[in-house]
Amino acid sequence: MLKELRPALVLAMALIFLTGLVYPLAMTGLATAAFPHQAQGSLVERDGKIVGSLLIGQEFVGDGYFHGRPSATMTADPADPTKSVSAPYNAAASAGSNLGPTNQALIDRVKEDVEKLKGENPAAVPPIDLVTTSGSGLDPHITPEAAFFQAARVAKARNLPETRVRQIVAENTEGRLLGLLGEPRVNVLVLNLALDRASAK
Amino acid sequence: MTLNGWMQIALFAAVVAALVLPLGGYMTRVFNGERTLLAPVLGPVERLLYRLAAIDPAREQSWLAYTLAMLVFHVVGFVFLYALLRLQDVLPFNPADMAAMPEELSLNTAISFLTNTNWQNYGGESTMSYLSQMLGLTHQNFLSAATGIALALALIRGFSRSSAATVGNFWVDLTRCTLYVLLPLCVVFTVFLVAQGVPQTLGAYVEATTLEGASQTIAVGPAASQIAIKMLGTNGGGFFNANAAHPFENPTALSNFLQMVSIFAIGAALTNVFGRMVGDQRQGWTILAAMALLFVAGVWTTYWAEASGNDAFSALGLAGGNMEGKEVRFGIAASALFAVITTAASCGAVNAMHDSFTALGGMVPLINMQLGEIIVGGVGAGLYGMLLFVILAIFVAGLMVGRTPEYVGKKIEAREVKLAMLAILILPLLYLGWTAVAVVYPPALASIANAGPHGFSEVLYAYVSQTANNGSAFGGLTGNTPFYNLTGAVSMFIGRFWVIVPAMAIAGSLAAKRSLPVSAGTLPTTGFLFVGLVVGVILIVGGLTFFPALALGPIVEHLMMVEGTLF
Repeated sequence: MLKELRPALVLAMALIFLTGLVYPLAMTGLATAAFPHQAQGSLVERDGKIVGSLLIGQEFVGDGYFHGRPSATMTADPADPTKSVSAPYNAAASAGSNLGPTNQALIDRVKEDVEKLKGENPAAVPPIDLVTTSGSGLDPHITPEAAFFQAARVAKARNLPETRVRQIVAENTEGRLLGLLGEPRVNVLVLNLALDRASAK
Repeated sequence: MTLNGWMQIALFAAVVAALVLPLGGYMTRVFNGERTLLAPVLGPVERLLYRLAAIDPAREQSWLAYTLAMLVFHVVGFVFLYALLRLQDVLPFNPADMAAMPEELSLNTAISFLTNTNWQNYGGESTMSYLSQMLGLTHQNFLSAATGIALALALIRGFSRSSAATVGNFWVDLTRCTLYVLLPLCVVFTVFLVAQGVPQTLGAYVEATTLEGASQTIAVGPAASQIAIKMLGTNGGGFFNANAAHPFENPTALSNFLQMVSIFAIGAALTNVFGRMVGDQRQGWTILAAMALLFVAGVWTTYWAEASGNDAFSALGLAGGNMEGKEVRFGIAASALFAVITTAASCGAVNAMHDSFTALGGMVPLINMQLGEIIVGGVGAGLYGMLLFVILAIFVAGLMVGRTPEYVGKKIEAREVKLAMLAILILPLLYLGWTAVAVVYPPALASIANAGPHGFSEVLYAYVSQTANNGSAFGGLTGNTPFYNLTGAVSMFIGRFWVIVPAMAIAGSLAAKRSLPVSAGTLPTTGFLFVGLVVGVILIVGGLTFFPALALGPIVEHLMMVEGTLF
């Protein structure tokens, strides 16, 4: 066994150095040189200020913006750090709700959200993604149906024709890759940025 | 279920199948010590490593020396990782000022990465410094994966060699696997992931002001380099807490697709390495076919259950399947597929929250792990796990038809069957045992997040996942408590090494035997009959051990859901 001690120690340290430092640092250098935007986190700036990341959802509550999906992320309670309180779209502590399918709390939450959305748009059944939390709590997307569902509310709040708002949604809808992979979706931040630009005109 | 969903699944299967031959051929050359395309670049590094560590690459080891070398190597890795986590607050590359990790959590995390489990009681972006992620977790992702592959090779050599005293050199297998297989694949994959949007930076967390004027702290970091090996090495420990559901960890449908492929790529190709080394590639394809059969059954069940959705949602008029805990960009099909892949292999990365799956949708991941992750499985670990079942199937078949059990030229005798059973039985003993303790121990019960049968499933899943070295979770369970940290660490440790040591003993025992020529009395071990036999043995052995536990958890929960009972 002692015979194996030197190989174990030396090889472990050498491989730790190679795979734990050389590899990630070299990759950081390469990534920064080749894809600086993505490597930094796909950040979006407006008027010189960082307003978020293209890939990370953020919370929207105003009627004039499209809303993302409910988010189950939490943060430490400022009053008592041993407890957690709800903090939607906390991008420093991703998490899902982890509510099971027969959990009363899940069904109550969904029921409440469905009622709220029906009040906003009585004509349609709310799309499922608007009443379910995402796995990360940071889902940047909603389905196109979920965007169209909100179009009337947004148009009214912004004093824009609803057809114009629906057109902006359509312009910002991404399809499946090669018509095959993934699902059709709308990036809520990109959509709301486009909306702000349209309103400014 | 939609046609598009099934087309995505079919494309996945086709791509994995297409990679088996080229990757299997390449790995065979690497592990036979032959010269490969990358030799001009990596050869000098390899020779330097041997010289520094005083390793003679030509000297081979007996199964016992090979196993001891592996164990000593792990002791060094454990001490290093544990110390790193405990000291991360005073070490560099810590822009978010993470505190030192507490003792029990450090123990659980160190064992977790050492055993290729990557159970996440820690919170990624909220617990780990960049240095811990790179020097601690990334390096263990490489070395635990390389170890798994090395051990599988030793077992393969047990089958392929005749009257031999040695099964290879652990240091050489480890080094060549890391240098020639894992590193090059990871470099390419990292670049791809960054191009898709995975961050790779040492910069601090970003402060943004949202369109509505709120402030948002966005965690970033050197994620892509770690995610590449996390997938290829079937490790599965996330850079971020939400793992591959996090849009930084898995930003697009394409990144998701290739992450799924990379989980299976090496494990599937290893069946071909086995075929090539024993001199009959059909033996490898037969094993892969048995895996594929179980895999397709699992995908169908989970996809069907998730697409059918939650009855309580349907009652509210909602349509579109169970989207709770799933991301819009992946949808139902790619989330269900990912869940089956990650538990069939011992990866444990998740792109949707398994705790929020429907009862039956979440049962398939549980079954996959309870079978010992032999459907492609962890890199290396899946193959040696499957070969244990093959030994058992050969033995059962031999008893049924009255022939001497033989497999690829080796007589399977009492010693091999006893060792195989030792390895197979330790998993249910551990996970059923700990679950039984946890569901009557009040401090452990306090960790359960969902009431009713789902709570039982959470506890069962936690121990199955850790014992089988998977690392995915029904995440509602609060695992970061002294009870779960310690019992989990024990499960992961025994679950890994109590399988490895008997498997290695089998390797030694087989290598020492003479290879027998195929005769009229040999049971053919290729083709559909044998596939059916292996699958049958797996389901009977598995079904008998864990069906009662499933009946208490997901099965009763499904019946409750249909009845409309909530908890």
